Amino acid sequence: MWIMIANAGWVLAAALFLWMLYDWFRVDTTYSEATLTSSREGEIEAVQESHKV
Amino acid sequence: MSNATASAADTVKRVSLLRILGPGHVWALGVGIVLVGEYTGWNFAADKGGTLAALIICWVIGLLYTSVAMIDSEVTSTVAAAGGQYAQAKHIVGPLMAFNVALYLVFAYTMLEVSNAILIADTVKSYAGDGFTDWHYKGIIAIVIVGLAALNYRGVLMTLNVNFVITAIAYLAIIVLFFSVQPWSQGTILKLNEMVTPKNALPYGWIGVIAAFHWGIWYYLGIEGTTQAAEEVRSPARSLPYGTMAGMITLLIGASLTWYICASLMPWQYLGFTYYPLLDAGKLTGSKLLETMMFTATILAALASANGCINDAARAWFSLGRDRYLPPWFSAVHPVYRTPYRSIIFLVPIALAFAFIANLGQAITFSILSGVLHYTFMSINIMMFRNKWPLGTIQRGYTHPFHPLPAIVLLALCVVTYFAIFLGYGAQLTAMVVFYVIMSLWFHFYRYRYVKRGDQFTMPWPKPLGY
Repeated sequence: MWIMIANAGWVLAAALFLWMLYDWFRVDTTYSEATLTSSREGEIEAVQESHKV
Repeated sequence: MSNATASAADTVKRVSLLRILGPGHVWALGVGIVLVGEYTGWNFAADKGGTLAALIICWVIGLLYTSVAMIDSEVTSTVAAAGGQYAQAKHIVGPLMAFNVALYLVFAYTMLEVSNAILIADTVKSYAGDGFTDWHYKGIIAIVIVGLAALNYRGVLMTLNVNFVITAIAYLAIIVLFFSVQPWSQGTILKLNEMVTPKNALPYGWIGVIAAFHWGIWYYLGIEGTTQAAEEVRSPARSLPYGTMAGMITLLIGASLTWYICASLMPWQYLGFTYYPLLDAGKLTGSKLLETMMFTATILAALASANGCINDAARAWFSLGRDRYLPPWFSAVHPVYRTPYRSIIFLVPIALAFAFIANLGQAITFSILSGVLHYTFMSINIMMFRNKWPLGTIQRGYTHPFHPLPAIVLLALCVVTYFAIFLGYGAQLTAMVVFYVIMSLWFHFYRYRYVKRGDQFTMPWPKPLGY
C-alpha cells in the first residue's frame, strides 16, 4: 500500500507543482507588476496601531 | 520624478495579505509548528544526559520559551507586520540586524520543514517493508513539501484551518495515550521506578544536563512563529498574545506528559536513540490500536509543523522583498488567494534539495542553531525596545511582567545552549556563524544600496528616547 501511495505522491506532487507554475504564469500575465507588488507594511486597521496614548 | 512615481503607485489598487485569522489560528500555527518536537527530537536529550536530564531540560527550556513568548507578545502586539521578528528588528535595532533575523527565520523554518518531511518519510519507511526503495522514500518527501506548499499557495485561512484540526488530533493522541497507560497506577504498564533509578538518572552528571540543552530546544522550537501571522489576524493586539500564551501552556503540558509516558516505558539508552519515542510508547503498551493512533499522530504532527513552517518562511522571505532587502519581485501578493505566492514557490525547490540530501540530525541542528541565534536577538531587542520607547510612550497590546528578568533569563539560557551545541556540533555552529557573517557583509556592502531607506520604517511612533 505504501509503495502505491509513494508512487501516487510523485504524480500528485508533479501535478500540484505544475498547477502552481501555471497559476503563477497566469497571474503574472494578467496583472501588472505594480499591482502585484503593491502591498505595504503598516497598512493595518487595528486600533492599537494608531499609537495614540 | 519621485513624486510622479509615488502618485502612480497611489493610483494602483493595493493588493495585500488577507486579514482573516483569529486567536485559534494563531494557536494552530504556533502549536502546529512545535508539537512534532514531542513526537521526535526532544528524546535525544536523554542520549546526552539521561532521562532525568531530559525532564530538567523540559522545564528549563520551557522557561526560555516562556520568556520568548512573553517578550514576543509585547513587541509583536505593537509591531504587527508580516515578517514578525524581522519587522521588530528593523524598527528597534536596525536594518542589518533585521536582515540577519529574517535569514534566521527562513533557515529555521525551512530546515524544520525539511526535518518534518524526512521524519514522515522515515516513519512510513519503517512500516512499508521490503520493496520500499529510495524512489518511494523521496516520493513521500516530494508530496509532503509540494502538497503543503500548494495548500499555502491557495490561501492562509484553509492552511491554518487544516493546521488547527491536525494539530488538535495529534495533541489529543498524547492525552489519550497518557490515560491509556494508567498513570495513576505505576507498575501496571508504566515502570518509572525501574527505568529511572538513582544510578542511571544522570549517567554523565551535570555536564550531561548542559549538553542536553541542545536537543531540549526541540520541545518548543517554533512557538515564536505565531508572529508571522501578524498581518493576517483580525486583531493582532488581542490574538497574538492570547494565541502564543495559550500555545505555550498547551506545549508545557504536552511536553511533561510526553516525558512521563516515555520515561516510564523505555530505558534511557533506547529513549535517547529512537526517532519515534511516542510511537514506540504506543507499541510498548501492546495495543495495536494505540500503536496505529500514535503512528497516525506522528505523521499528522509532522504535517502540521511543515505546513506552519512553509507559511512562516514564505512570509519572512516576502517581507525581505517588500523592503527591497531582496529583489522586490518576491513581495508579490496573489490577487485572488492573497498569499505571497512567489515566495512560497521559490522556497519549494530549496526545501526539496535539502530534504533529498540532508539527514534528520543535520537538518534539526541547522534549525536549532538559527532558532537560538534568533532568541539571542530577542533578549537584546526587548531591552532596546523598552529603553527607546518606555511604557506610556506608545500603546502596547500587551505588556510583559518582570522586565528585564525574562530578557536576562533568555540571554543566559541562550549562552548555555550555544555551549551545548558546540559540544556536539561545533563545526556546524562555526560554519553557520561564518555564513551569517558573509551574508551580513554582502548586505552591508552591496544589497543595502537598493533599499529605499525612508520607506522601510512604517510604524508611526514618536522619536525614540535619546534621539
